[in-house]
Amino acid sequence: MASAKEVKEVLFGPIFANNPIALQILGICSALAVTSKMENTLVMCIALTFVTAFSNLFISIIRNHIPSSVRIIVQMTIIASLVIVVDQVLRAYAYSIAKELSVFVGLIITNCIVMGRAEAYAMKSTPGLSFLDGIGNGLGYSVVLLTVGFIRELFGSGSLFGYQIMQLASEGGWYQPIGLLVLPPSAFFIIGGFIWVLRTFRTEQVEPKD
Amino acid sequence: MAKKNESLGKTLFVVIALCLVCAIIVAGSAVGLKPLQQKNAALDMQRNVLDAAGLLTPETDVIAVFEERVETRLFNLNTLEEVDSVDGKNPTEYDPIASAKKAGLGTKLEKSNDLAGIGSREDVAKVYFINDKQGELETVVVYIRGYGLWGTMYGLMAVAPDMNTVKGINYYEHTETPGLGGEIQNPNWTASWEGKEIYENDSVALEVTKNVTDKDHQVDALSGATLTSNGVENTMKFWFSENAYGPLFDKIRKGELN
Repeated sequence: MASAKEVKEVLFGPIFANNPIALQILGICSALAVTSKMENTLVMCIALTFVTAFSNLFISIIRNHIPSSVRIIVQMTIIASLVIVVDQVLRAYAYSIAKELSVFVGLIITNCIVMGRAEAYAMKSTPGLSFLDGIGNGLGYSVVLLTVGFIRELFGSGSLFGYQIMQLASEGGWYQPIGLLVLPPSAFFIIGGFIWVLRTFRTEQVEPKD
Repeated sequence: MAKKNESLGKTLFVVIALCLVCAIIVAGSAVGLKPLQQKNAALDMQRNVLDAAGLLTPETDVIAVFEERVETRLFNLNTLEEVDSVDGKNPTEYDPIASAKKAGLGTKLEKSNDLAGIGSREDVAKVYFINDKQGELETVVVYIRGYGLWGTMYGLMAVAPDMNTVKGINYYEHTETPGLGGEIQNPNWTASWEGKEIYENDSVALEVTKNVTDKDHQVDALSGATLTSNGVENTMKFWFSENAYGPLFDKIRKGELN
């Protein structure tokens, strides 16, 4: 079994040091689409973390038996099956959220983070570490998404998890919501800001000038 | 080892074995969770119905209210006869929207009659009769749908027993632009429908318009969503006309149903 230090690095490294969205700029498609409400964002994060962790685990278990000529197809099959299972579970237990998320849950299949981790990590590492790597990357994704979701819901709709925090002007309150934040492109600005802040503190992530 | 993996036999074995395992997992989860999912979908539709009728609050026990106060009935829109079942499905199971496109259960609409842009209309309508606590008819809820800007908008309309006064409208599924046409779900806007009258001199007078001059029949259009508003108006013009619910509403109004 790997040393404690290695485990810690695999699990928590992707959160800030090697964040899949902020450093590798992977998987931002869903970061734009599902972050207008915290509730949806949270479910999406859990779904993605689950899929990444288990696809990493299963791929790692059979990694020595995967013929390299069909490895991408094998990975896709495993990921797609997991995504379908997640979608079915959501529809059974969280119907109203599943209705809003359904398209994006399906799109986890093509999420670059899942594929990227399977190909770059799980194909070479032991199952235990691969599983933790999946969780770690899921957490890294979640940190960015929840930050974006928090800002978008709070300032775009004046609420968090559906609870009204700031009374909207249209309903007799004082807060005039920022309409842009409700629309997907606003996530670009917030993710950009997130990367800026992150790289201000971790200057090693700044790319060298050409 | 690496070489052995690349042989044709091994490749085929891995792929086939993997597909079998994945197929079993996927099929298992789909079949195993289906009852729960169908229950959820049915419950969601019941919630939509109560929402349209203005009976939905966060505390509402949807199942109990439905059991005590709501009667789901089926009516053939061409003959105006009540039917017990359609294609082997009882009133609760029957899906009017899916049936519209099926041969024998729906009728293709002529272009000139197809105001709402829905292509075909079901022959048998599903109608919810909601009683008040004393058992008197309080609200009638019917399905409506029509083409908006991007796609079909699916909704429910709640009407008072006079079959003329609107009690509520609820668009439960649509693909209009969020923030613009998507405002058809805005509670403030749907509240503005309450009390409007559908008919004037036996024709559909309900309109969605920018300048409301007739407060009894006109609803304020959504700003920035002219095509969606037009779609909503056309939906009303179609569904409450003689081509759809008109004759049935006449019959209910005269008290010829029981």
